[in-house]
Amino acid sequence: MNLPELQFGEVFANIDLLLKACGLTLALWAIALGAGLSGGLFFGLARIAQNRWIAWPARAFVEVFRNTPVLVQLIWFYYALPVVTGLQLPAFAAAALALSLNACAYCAEIYRGGIQAVPAGQWEAGRALGMGRARLLWRVVLPLAVRRMVPAFTNRAVELAKNTSVASIVTVHELMYTARLFSSQNYLPLETFTVVALIYFVLIYPFTLASYALERRFAASGA
Amino acid sequence: MSTDVVLRVENLHKSFGPNEVLKGIDLEVRRGERIAILGSSGSGKSTLLRCLNVLEMPTKGRIFLDGAPIGTQKPDGSTRYREAELNALRARVGMVFQQFNLFPHMTALENVMEGPLSVLHRRKAEARAGAQKHLAQVGLADKADAYPSRLSGGQQQRVAIARALAMDPEVLLFDEPTSSLDPELVGEVLSVIRDLSDEGRTMLLVTHELGFAYHFATRILFLHEGCILEDGPPEQVLKTPREERTQRFLERFTAFRI
Repeated sequence: MNLPELQFGEVFANIDLLLKACGLTLALWAIALGAGLSGGLFFGLARIAQNRWIAWPARAFVEVFRNTPVLVQLIWFYYALPVVTGLQLPAFAAAALALSLNACAYCAEIYRGGIQAVPAGQWEAGRALGMGRARLLWRVVLPLAVRRMVPAFTNRAVELAKNTSVASIVTVHELMYTARLFSSQNYLPLETFTVVALIYFVLIYPFTLASYALERRFAASGA
Repeated sequence: MSTDVVLRVENLHKSFGPNEVLKGIDLEVRRGERIAILGSSGSGKSTLLRCLNVLEMPTKGRIFLDGAPIGTQKPDGSTRYREAELNALRARVGMVFQQFNLFPHMTALENVMEGPLSVLHRRKAEARAGAQKHLAQVGLADKADAYPSRLSGGQQQRVAIARALAMDPEVLLFDEPTSSLDPELVGEVLSVIRDLSDEGRTMLLVTHELGFAYHFATRILFLHEGCILEDGPPEQVLKTPREERTQRFLERFTAFRI
């Protein structure tokens, strides 16, 4: 087999371009993950509310954002929102918003599943002490649920890190956009994207390791 | 109405769908009474106990704690229960479950502190001191920092009893507290419950331990198909039951006596 002559040297000579672009990738990831973990709790609780005027809109939100491609959501926020509302978001804001709402929808379902998996006996024990619903949720149910949810959140967060690459479609100068630009200028797609894959791995893997450590810590505390 | 009635139930009904489990229970519990509730499975004894702190919402009927009705009567005769009102009731009526239901992410001490902290709004130091006292009372002072997963079933149930005691409840409900324990662990739990009777606590106990009921209780109820069939002192209910149904129930327990 004839391998083409690989020119990684050219890519590494310009590695600072790619590394600088990591900043925006990380920013998108952090914003969307933060929004997903906090907003997801809000929507997850709304999903299991007894009041259907709260539960149904939350469900509609989750279904819309989970059952359409994040790429379409992004394009919609960037191109369609100005047409409908006259509000033109900057590319980064549109990308951050689309990724955040998408993450919210997924995290809401993780919270819902996690909370519903807490045994009914835990609710009963708290209620039998006279604990109110909110207090019980905060002190007993959520701490137990979160322990079970760590693997699912990790999965979602890793997926999300890679999904930030769709922001390149609306010209956010994050890692993927920069890589495409670079490879089209230098005709080195194979080398460039191999290095990009490596960079994504280096960015994401420490996060995965941290989540394993968190799982071990929870396991050690007995619950 | 005599003032020493701490808990009163009037015409209590409970249905699950078309299945009527309680068919009009009337009951007065006096302060200091220890009531054992007997009956075969499906007789409604656990449901009755769970209605007393409204973990199970009664379909019909009223509950009175210290003479005060729980819930407000609606025009159609049903009762509406507010959450705050139920929380206040449950803070005064403790419960111990068959499955213990300890909080697995908290140590034994933290389990016992949770009620005083969350519900009675005690300061942490005070709650801790109280919890240590109650753990000592159930013989588990040395297990304060152990998580439930490190405790035997009997120890877990004793922590659960300490957790209920920490609220200093006026009435303590035990829902088959030894039914999910290995036989050799039943004794330690029953002896803790027996020690509580020396304090004069008002207790209701659903159980299958006839011998324990005989020695522990001041009064025995026998439930059958959602009705109270017998209500009297242990001596009378267990040795000279009035109803044939009760006799047959008791015979099943004595058939294989050594």
